[in-house]
Formats: sequence, structure tokens, C-alpha cells
Amino acid sequence: MAKYDFAIAVGGAPGQGIETAGKSISQIFARYGLNVFTYTAYQSLIRGGHSFLTIRISSEPIANHGDKLDLIIALDRGSLEKHLPHVSPGGALIYNSDDVKQAPERDDIQLCPISYKELTNDPDRNKRMLNVCASSVALQLVGVDLSMLEDIIIRAFLKRKGQAVVDANVAAARASYNYAAEHFTPFDVQFEKQEPPLAFGSGNTLMAMGGASAGVKFYAAYPMSPSTGVLHWMAPNARDLGIIVRQCEDEISVINMVIGAAHTGARAMCATSGGGFALMSEAIGSAGMMEIPIVVVNVQRGGPSTGLPTKTEQGDLWQVLGASQGDFPKIVVSPTSIMDGFNTIPELFNLVDKFQCPGMVLTDLSLAEGHTTFVPDSINWQPEIDRGELITDQGQTDGEYLRYQITDSGISPRAIPGTPGHMHVVATDDHDEDGGLISDEFTNPHKRRDIMEKRQRKMEGIVELLPPPTFEGPEDAEVTLIGWGSTHGVISEAAGMLTEAGIAANHIHFKWLYPMDEDAINEVLAKSAYSIIVECNYTGQFARFLRGETGFKADSHIRKYDGEPFMPHHVVDGARELLNSKTDLYVPYQEIVV
Amino acid sequence: MARSARRSRRERPVQGAPTARDFEGDVSPDWCAGCGDFGVLKALQGAYAKLGRGNHDHLTVSGIGCSSNLPGYVKTYGMHTLHGRALAVATGAKFANHELNVVVTGGDGDGYGIGGNHFIHTMRKNVDLLYIVMNNETYGLTVGQASPTTIVGEQTKSTPFGNLETPLNPVAMAIVAGATYVARAYSSDGPKLAELMYNGMQHKGFAFIDVISPCVTWKGGARVIFDYWKERVQYLEGHDTSDRAAALEQAVKTGHETQLGLFYHDTSRQSLNDMEPVLEKGPIAHQPLGISQEQGDAIIEKMM
Repeated sequence: MAKYDFAIAVGGAPGQGIETAGKSISQIFARYGLNVFTYTAYQSLIRGGHSFLTIRISSEPIANHGDKLDLIIALDRGSLEKHLPHVSPGGALIYNSDDVKQAPERDDIQLCPISYKELTNDPDRNKRMLNVCASSVALQLVGVDLSMLEDIIIRAFLKRKGQAVVDANVAAARASYNYAAEHFTPFDVQFEKQEPPLAFGSGNTLMAMGGASAGVKFYAAYPMSPSTGVLHWMAPNARDLGIIVRQCEDEISVINMVIGAAHTGARAMCATSGGGFALMSEAIGSAGMMEIPIVVVNVQRGGPSTGLPTKTEQGDLWQVLGASQGDFPKIVVSPTSIMDGFNTIPELFNLVDKFQCPGMVLTDLSLAEGHTTFVPDSINWQPEIDRGELITDQGQTDGEYLRYQITDSGISPRAIPGTPGHMHVVATDDHDEDGGLISDEFTNPHKRRDIMEKRQRKMEGIVELLPPPTFEGPEDAEVTLIGWGSTHGVISEAAGMLTEAGIAANHIHFKWLYPMDEDAINEVLAKSAYSIIVECNYTGQFARFLRGETGFKADSHIRKYDGEPFMPHHVVDGARELLNSKTDLYVPYQEIVV
Repeated sequence: MARSARRSRRERPVQGAPTARDFEGDVSPDWCAGCGDFGVLKALQGAYAKLGRGNHDHLTVSGIGCSSNLPGYVKTYGMHTLHGRALAVATGAKFANHELNVVVTGGDGDGYGIGGNHFIHTMRKNVDLLYIVMNNETYGLTVGQASPTTIVGEQTKSTPFGNLETPLNPVAMAIVAGATYVARAYSSDGPKLAELMYNGMQHKGFAFIDVISPCVTWKGGARVIFDYWKERVQYLEGHDTSDRAAALEQAVKTGHETQLGLFYHDTSRQSLNDMEPVLEKGPIAHQPLGISQEQGDAIIEKMM
């Protein structure tokens, strides 16, 4: 089969079944064995408003929602008006002709009006089956068997809604599919099945699965967009997998429960977004002080404050780096793809268990709520599990147990409550080797210095284990794009597009953000040509951090802070403009407004 | 302050049943001489001993404040957590190892002020914990400001013109919020306090004891404050502890006297951890980590 890169978008009001339609279409392509990435732009509403789901299908592995929309399904009149200009020339637009008096005007695309009334004989004013009708038309236009959709309808509705609903939906699907075959011209791209069939899931789901594979036994959460997907995976799977899942009264309770469970020997994790993370700050420092290994996920949304609950941003870097008062060892990591989110969780658990400190995962809505296909066998359900120096039975020390024993590595063997012969008190006050409070001894400065240096020595061990940033593309390039975390896919694609257009571009990408190994990182950065740091915030949080840690000053910047994720052309256009102009900042214009 | 040069982590070999002395910590309390908290500490050591389990089977969790220094003074596992957060930490610990006897200690500012939200919700959840609040109606460690239980009109460092706010009624609040064992005690009556603590540890659910534990430093001196309480405290008589409405009626009663004793005891409700099927296999802290390939395959199957 030839190369292709095709995108279908579904626009409508929340409650019209956009998610259902989007999920069904995506699952069909996944079963066809095709690479899919989806992104939904939506508003913080349950009913009303507007949602826009992009499904990109490609013969190449993809990690963003792309630049163009070949086929748009408009489920309501608002979507039709709004998205008519967004259909790529040569594309098609499916809409319900019952909704409009006058046909939309575009002569460079195929208009595909369908009449819901005629196709379904459904008197329901809510047009509940319109998503099924429109999806069937879309599938017909790209050559997918209708049986695929019928299977999905049966799976989605039979248990919950019964045979009558299934029959009505299947009938509507067939009528629409046949109508499309008679009235519309199919696309040149006709998808064929490939092996193997792929699985399909969101970043939140993959991080939750990563937690399960890492041996998470305790998960706590307070609902907060866009991190709630982790809770929504953990809760229904908890009993099968032997995980305790608790919903708490606030994020302060969440993190403190996680700390209590982790101290008592369970691998424990929580996820939130920036506002919830702010509430957790004090306790993150307490995990550093008491030397308790925890994993905290911050799925960033647009800030500040309540900000943009359903939009993306990389605006919490400084918050996460600076969370809690004082100095303490910590690890900050930012997964570079949805699949990397799965692997990052067990990797981070091994590190925090070894070094007995908090670990923070910094991701954002674009990855966490983005969905991707993956090869089922690529999931490693049995990652290496290293719990570090953990004491769980009596015989492991000889009576003289010091919880915070001063060691060269800074790591002190950790006994969990319930273990005979190792009783100790862990304290958020600073303490000596034995856990005794330093402040109770009129603040002994020597003990304070010793214990502070012991804790911070752990950072030397951590930094040795963290891989340097990746370097991709030609060594000899005209421009170097530098990014961190979720933007890997979009920057990588942009670098490829630039190179293809004659501007040789390479790409340096950071996953492990803190602690930073200055020498190792500078070695990679030394390979950069004209450098552009690409990030999704206003002030260039990563650029400032990188400069502080390494002294590296980028030549220019591409920044976006309008809530929508980068599309590849935003980066390409920015690189061209920055190379040609004397400016050092490019802020792309978001064309698709929802 | 006095502390031993070296502490041994060996548990004393117990001859026969453990005694309160077996639960004495290696650090001497740094409370002011005469503080009510000494009585609470002693009673707690007695209650631990009476339970008859090894020292390592107990976890004592506190927040921040004078009374929250207590975990260092008992010979059990201990956590001296953040101000106001002890109940949340203790809940996590109990779920990680429900075989531990988890006791939470703290003060009124810690529990009813900054930790108020956790106080309400931990009771509602009915987690199997014993929560002992040493209520001295002041912020002692920050040198004597008004607390959530300071009475109206009292002059403190933060209320030099007299406190305008109505004090919180923790016993009534506990009954309403869903605690299943609710008591008030007085730190000077050690035997009765130890008995309430012991029964609270035996109770399967959230047990709460508000202990009047007078502050000798910020309440006009030992004589003034103990005289004040001595003539006010009296034990409930003829009260049916299974009757929630009657318990609440006793709790909200106003007047010169302050009622002590067990207000409410509900043995019908299961604790949150007892309702959790995941814990049936034993503490999660001791379960093997990760999931099987078969479990993983089933998860992927649902994503296809």
C-alpha cells in the first residue's frame, strides 16, 4: 500500500456522541492495523458548547494530530459554519442537510449532505444516531468495510442498551453507507487491513497501565482535568489488579495518603493537574525530608489559576522544580510520547525506591488526553522492579538500626512499619541519623549539616543514572530544534519537514529534566547549529531553566500559549521565519478555533 | 533537654504480658512540667500494653504542635508528619498494612483547624484508626494564640480584645460526621482515659477521643487551669451509647459542666478497610508487585 497521511475530524456539541463516533472510527482503523493519533479540542462543559476531534491516520508512525483535515464530519450547524474553511482542498465535508437551508459554498471540496430524517425515519429530535450515520459515510468514502462499524456498535450498545437500539443503529449505518456509495465519490486513499491489529489508548490510560506494571498498590486522586483519566482507569481495574484506589477530599489528602501508604511499604502514586499539584507542594517536601519514595503525576493544563481546564500548556515546569520549601532530592521527568508515558512510570518508581525521594512526572493534556495506536506486544507488562535498600524482615540488621544512617551514597536502608526490631520515627522536622529531632537539641548545626549533605548526596547517584537528551537528525544541520516532554512527536516531524524542504534540521529532546548533568548535556548541546527552543508557554520556562543549569543560551524561541498544541507546520513556519529575520521569538497563529 | 546518648532498636524481651513501661520511648518529653499531655502519653502507653501486641505492630502518627511530638515518646513505629495531615497519612498507612494498630495523636489546632477537612472526611469514611486529640484550646507551640476550641471572650495573643468566634464542638461534629466511636476524656483521669483508648483501639472503625489536656503555660498557670476543669468535668451517666440522637443531645448540651465518657459507639458499620476486597489477601505492603501477563493481555484485549 502506498504512503498516506489522512485526517478525519468530527465537530459537534458535547453530548452528540463525538467521543463515541471518534472512538469507533479510531478503533476501526486500529483493528485495520493503521497508525492513528487523535486529539480533542473541547470546552469545560458537559452539554452545549463545541467539541472538535481530530483523527489522523498514517502509514508512518505518528505522534501528533498533523496539519491538515481531509474529511470533516459536522454534526451540527455550528460545526458546519465553523469548520467549512478547515477542510483541505480536495477533501470532503459530511453534514446533515436537514439542518441547513442553503448548501455551504466551497467548490474545491466534495460536499456530502445526508438527510438524517430520510436515512433513519427517526423522530427523535436529539438525532442520537447522527454520529453513526455520518461515521458510516466517512468509512465508505475511505473504503472501510461496514462490518467493522457494526461490530463496534454491537460491542458498545448490546449490553447497556439492548437489541432494539443495536438494530436501529445497524440499520442507520447500513442505510448511510449505501447512500454514500450511490451519491458520493470515494477518496483516492482506500485503506486496507494490515497486520497486526493495533490497540488504542490515551496517555492517561497508558500511564495508569505503567503504574500497574510497576507494582502500584495504592492510588489516590481528587478529580481534576486533564488528569482524571488515570483515576478512571485505576478505579475499574483496582479489584482485579489488587490496587487500593481512594478518591479523597482534596489533593492535600491525596498526597499525604500516598506518603502514608508508601512509607508503610506499598508502591504509591497519584496524578493531578497544576492547581492540585500546588496544594500538594508542602507534602512533596515532606516526602523529601522523611525520605519516602512517591510518584506524583502533573498533567499540565493552561494556567495560571483555574486557567484553561481543557487546554494544554507546558507552564508548570518552575512550579514542579520549585515545589515545597528548602532543598531536597527529587527527580523530574517529562515523557516524550504516549507510549513513553507507560515506560516512564516503572523507570521512575525504580529510581525513587532506590533513592527514597519524590519523583514527579510532568506531562500535559496533549499527551494525556491524546490517543494513539500501539502494537500490543510492545507493552512490557513485566518491567524490572528494583525496590532499593528495603528492610522487610527482622534479620536484615543487627539491632542497631538507624533509619537515616549517614552513608557515602546518601542512601540509608529503609525499614517499613511492622518490621520487628527496626522501630523508628520519621519526622518532617529535620532529624539526626536516628530520627531524633535536631530542633529539640537547640538545633545542632553540625548534625544539620551532616544530614543535609547525606540527603543531597543522593542527587549525585541519581544524576549518573539519568540518560542525556536525545539527538536526532543530521549532525551537519542548519537549524537545531530543542524541546522537552510532550512535544517530541511534533518537533521531530517538523525537523523532517524542514530537512525535506532543504533546510537541514536536527532535534535535541529532553525527557529527564532534573537533576541535570551539566557536562553530559553540554556535550549534546555542543552539536547544535542555529538553535531554537520550542515550548508551550509564554516565558520560556525551559529555556531559562536550561540556561541556569548549563549556561546554554538558545538563539531563538518558538512559543505557544493559546491552549492548543503545536501542529508541525507551526514549528516549520517558525523556524523559517526565525532563520530569515532578526527576531528571536516566533509565536504561531492557531488557525483552527473551536 | 534530656535524651539518651544511644537508643537500642531491640525490643525488650517481654516476660509475660507487656507493661506500659515497655512502650516508653527513649526520648523524654519536652513538654512543660505539669502539661496535661503527660497524662495522655502515660494512658496511651498503658493502652498499647493492654493490647498485648509487639511494639513493632503499632504505628503512631502525628501532625505538628506540642502534642504532636508524642510519637517520639512511645516505643512504636512513628510518623511525625505535616501540620494537620496526620489523618490522611495514617489512612494511607492503614490501607498499606491494615494489620498494624494505627493511632493518630495531635492537638486541637492541628486537627480541628488546619486539618479540619481531613477530620470530617476520615470520620465519614470510617477508616479503622484511633484518633486522640489533646485539646488544650490554644496554639501552644506558637506561644498562645486562639485555637478553634478557644472559648468566646478569652484574651490570647491573637485575640487581645477577647475571642469573638464560637468554639467548635468536636464531639458533636464527630457524631454528625460519621465517626463510629466518640468519646471525651480528661487527661488527669488516667485509668478512664486508658480504658477509652484501649476500647477505641479494639473498635473496628474510626474511634475518636477528644481529651481535655490543659495547657499550664498559656492559660493562666497550672493551678488556674486545673481548678477550672476540675469542677467542670463530669461523666455521662445512664446514657445509651448506641443511640446517636441521644449522643448528639448530650454533646450539644450547654451549661457549666462538660460531659466526659463514651458518647457514641456504633458497632454495626463496617470500617472502610474492612469493606475493601483487595485487602482480603493480606496487607498490600506484602503482596507481590506488578501484574501477570494474563492480566495484562486481558487489559490489552479491551483496548483492541
